[in-house]
Amino acid sequence: MATESTTDFSLDSAAALAADEGGAIEGKSPWLLAWRRLRRNYVALGFLALFVVIVVMCLLAGPYAHHVAGTGPNDNHLGETFTRGGKQVEVVSKGGFTGGTFKAGGIPVGPQLWHAGGKYVFGADTQGRDVAVRLLYGGLNSLKVGIGSALICTLFALVLALIAGYYGGWVDWVIARFFDLIWAFPVLLLAIALGTALSINGFHHFGISIQSGSLWIPTLVISYVLIPYIGRPLRGQILSLREKEFIEAATAQGAGGVRVMFSELLPNIASSVLVFFALIIANNILTEAGLSFLGAGVQPPNPSWGTLIADGQSRIQTAPWLAIIPGIAIVLTVLALNIFGDGLRDALDPRAKVRIEH
Amino acid sequence: MPERLIEVKDLKVQFATEDGIVRAVDGVSFELARGEVLGIVGESGSGKSVTAMTLLGLTKEKNTRFEGEVLYKGRNVLAMNEDELQEVRGNEMSMIFQDPMTSLNPVYTVGAQICEAIQIHEKTDKRAARLRAIELLKQVGIPNAESRVDNFPHEFSGGMRQRAMIAMALACNPDVLIADEPTTALDVTIQAQIIELVDRLKDEFNSAVILITHDLGVVADVADEIVVMYAGRVVERAPTRKLFYDPQMPYTWGLLGSIPRLDRPRQERLHSIKGTPPSLIRSPTGCKFRPRCPHAFDKCMEEPRLENRVEEPGHLDRCWLSVDEKRRLREATIAGEEEAA
Amino acid sequence: MLAFLVRRLVGAFLVLVAVSFITYLIFVKIPGGDPAPRIAGRLATDQNIADIRQKLHLNDPFYSQYWAMMQSLFTGSLKSYSSQLNVVQEIKRGIPATLSLTIGAGIIWLGFGILVGVISAVTAGRLSDRVITVLALIGISMPVFWLGLISRYLFAEGHPLSFLPDGEYVGLTVNPWQWFVHLLMPWTVLAVLFIGFYGRVLRSNVLDTINEDYVRTAKAKGLPPRRVLVKHVLRNSLIPIVTLFGLDFAAVIGGSAILTETVFNLRGVGQYAADSVQSLDLPPIMGVTIYATFFIVLFSVVVDLLYAWLDPRIRPT
Ligand SMILES: Nc1ncnc2c1ncn2[C@@H]1O[C@H](COP(=O)(O)OP(=O)(O)O)[C@@H](O)[C@H]1O
Ligand SMILES: [Mg+2]
Repeated sequence: MATESTTDFSLDSAAALAADEGGAIEGKSPWLLAWRRLRRNYVALGFLALFVVIVVMCLLAGPYAHHVAGTGPNDNHLGETFTRGGKQVEVVSKGGFTGGTFKAGGIPVGPQLWHAGGKYVFGADTQGRDVAVRLLYGGLNSLKVGIGSALICTLFALVLALIAGYYGGWVDWVIARFFDLIWAFPVLLLAIALGTALSINGFHHFGISIQSGSLWIPTLVISYVLIPYIGRPLRGQILSLREKEFIEAATAQGAGGVRVMFSELLPNIASSVLVFFALIIANNILTEAGLSFLGAGVQPPNPSWGTLIADGQSRIQTAPWLAIIPGIAIVLTVLALNIFGDGLRDALDPRAKVRIEH
Repeated sequence: MPERLIEVKDLKVQFATEDGIVRAVDGVSFELARGEVLGIVGESGSGKSVTAMTLLGLTKEKNTRFEGEVLYKGRNVLAMNEDELQEVRGNEMSMIFQDPMTSLNPVYTVGAQICEAIQIHEKTDKRAARLRAIELLKQVGIPNAESRVDNFPHEFSGGMRQRAMIAMALACNPDVLIADEPTTALDVTIQAQIIELVDRLKDEFNSAVILITHDLGVVADVADEIVVMYAGRVVERAPTRKLFYDPQMPYTWGLLGSIPRLDRPRQERLHSIKGTPPSLIRSPTGCKFRPRCPHAFDKCMEEPRLENRVEEPGHLDRCWLSVDEKRRLREATIAGEEEAA
Repeated sequence: MLAFLVRRLVGAFLVLVAVSFITYLIFVKIPGGDPAPRIAGRLATDQNIADIRQKLHLNDPFYSQYWAMMQSLFTGSLKSYSSQLNVVQEIKRGIPATLSLTIGAGIIWLGFGILVGVISAVTAGRLSDRVITVLALIGISMPVFWLGLISRYLFAEGHPLSFLPDGEYVGLTVNPWQWFVHLLMPWTVLAVLFIGFYGRVLRSNVLDTINEDYVRTAKAKGLPPRRVLVKHVLRNSLIPIVTLFGLDFAAVIGGSAILTETVFNLRGVGQYAADSVQSLDLPPIMGVTIYATFFIVLFSVVVDLLYAWLDPRIRPT
């Protein structure tokens, strides 16, 4: 995606660009330069827009359910009918002989798009629930878990990495071993084990109380198992920053630990954190889907994209849209984030194709 | 008259980047004959490395544009295709780089990397190549060459690695050796040894040398002629002795003032010319050194040509000041530098 | 070298102990309340629950509970609570399927990952690079179980474009050809994600390495571009890929293929774990976690050794 854009510049376009930007790079802040690069990366921006659209659509799940589809995410419509082009259509077929031909029972109605006035846009499921409504509510849950766990995970990893990197010594040793330990677990297995154990009675220790069906469970489980994936590289970066003169200078001038961590170290790793954040949301949405698919994530009847696919799995022959549509929603969301994250990384750290050496 | 090996005529190298066109080299000319040592001197960013790499066709990329000519024994390097360039590289012209720590591939032994250079250009078998590699390592002064040849680069010290680089560069008896800041990354004591080694080997191998540095002191003893570069241009060019006794450009005075001396602490020379080199994308109008020159006046808004202004015929410079004025101001500047330091 | 190995192995052992202990805590301590009925599963009888209490020493302090569990695991007498089947035996039964899946998929993803990474790095910025990048990102963005489901729906027997059998594992010794065709789809599906990921990583490694000084040295020696690429650029940029491969391979053997195994019903170790989780069956999960961690830890030692062999700079002398 528009990486190494330097190779694309012809001499003419380079000249035009330079004239257009009205100034050479000297003396501009790295954030400004990154923004300048990002602004030219239409693909990355386009996919960011796609992600925003998806988020907004999921946020509008309530109004959509209420005003357009006229049903909630968990409302069954077994045995009911709706009108399409003046005719009554069964939401879930009853089966039996009609007009001499046999029709199988229990098959939900397929995607209606706009032909049924906003009802069953993506069809119904075997309980007669509106798939489009469940897709939006499910997306809301998936996004909550994905973004929430990315926030928590990044925050924890960042604080641990800052403390480890700044204090060094035994503090660093303990934190590094903590990362190693989580790392040694098979991620998905650990997440499933935790997710399942927690979904039995919820979590009631240390004065914290989380109910068993809560979205907090998958959110926290995913944050926890992925901490080392961000914490390790960040710690590495901070350790190498520590050697740099400006940190020593700040320490020598009597700056305290928190000062050095937040006003000297943090700005230098902020760009990596930002990129990690975009990519980890994508990753966490996929992890949530996997967990929910196995029954260790978002608990029914609460929908999420993962549980929707799991529900649709057994009906893939007769009602393929049940599994296909939520899958497409995941792919689009994750792809949008991955492409944007990629563009962001290129903008913040253009892997100098040009050797600039003195 | 010794054979003329290299002739660079009005060379320009431009890179297209997302920030605009970088005019890294902007009209450079010089010649080099067998047995000579040419020094190219200038602050970092003045286009020395780009010039050197262009001699080997190493700057050829999609986003590069060249003008002028680089003639090696009368053949234009800029017009050569990839195969012809490979024939020239390492075999007829070879190059050593600034940082010996990173210029050798960490995963192969030093011997293997020297043998690679030999075997690519000469049809010799492995054993013969290895013997030659040992011989070369001895020539560049590596002790225990027989066992050292199987060492990895990280088992060598910085100075030894640079010696190994030199051995590799000389492996195929090239006519021209280009050394791009070969001593910048090394200790002062080792610097002199390396320069001396290059000078000695030039005679043993009957070749010519282009020695690039930002430190006039490094080339003072070995170069026959010196080219001073600034912002991609040649701003002064003279036989070494003339350049040291009668420098014409205020920029050269600055460089002379920054030669390290034992009586000065090391860091101070870094600040001896005030200001920073100009942008190569949007360089100043007129004389490129004008914004930093303490003696600039109205006329400097127009760029002076590189031409002969003193009695000595081979001495060229780009400065509008009259020769007398220069000589008077120069004394004051260099002395002033001394006081400030 | 020996000291290095011993140190790594001792560390590995400690990690195993810690991991097993944490797994134990997760299942016995976190949920709170009386664990016995829960461990016994949804279909437990009172007799089951009493057995469990006794077997797990639930009235003893937690360290002896843990110890009892470990003992039965290592003597191979550990039994599942829901099916009463021997856990060690069950894991052993799943290993051929899991190994077949992992090795086949590993070969595919490493081979294609390298191919894709090299092509897109060499043509960086051009059309082929862009196309590959988009495809790789799509591959990374697909939930593996969904891809499996869709491929089964489209290509497995009885479906629209059918040309492959639908899931299940056939032993290599039973029928090599059937083994192969049954695994073809799972291999490909599992490999897709990794191909995208490895392609991206290798591409960026190659582009970093191309700018290294020693690559410039190699060019200045007069080496042909192909030789520069293979012997100098690739040789160095593949080092991190090899490490990555070792760790991913271990993780997949260790059960990261849970989703693929489940979707294709391969009855491997991962699926055994997934099934046990559904019935909250502690002993199999303990067993599989230890088994998986064993591979992860073992391979991280192997990877360290391999790394030292590939990169002379960190070779202990
Ligand atoms: N491939 C390239 N693309 C763009 N700019 C370059 C490239 N190579 C060098 N430059 C620029 O050209 C200028 C001259 O560089 P260089 O020849 O390395 O200077 P020196 O060797 O004198 O220190 C520098 O400003 C550098 O940033
Ligand atoms: Mg240079």
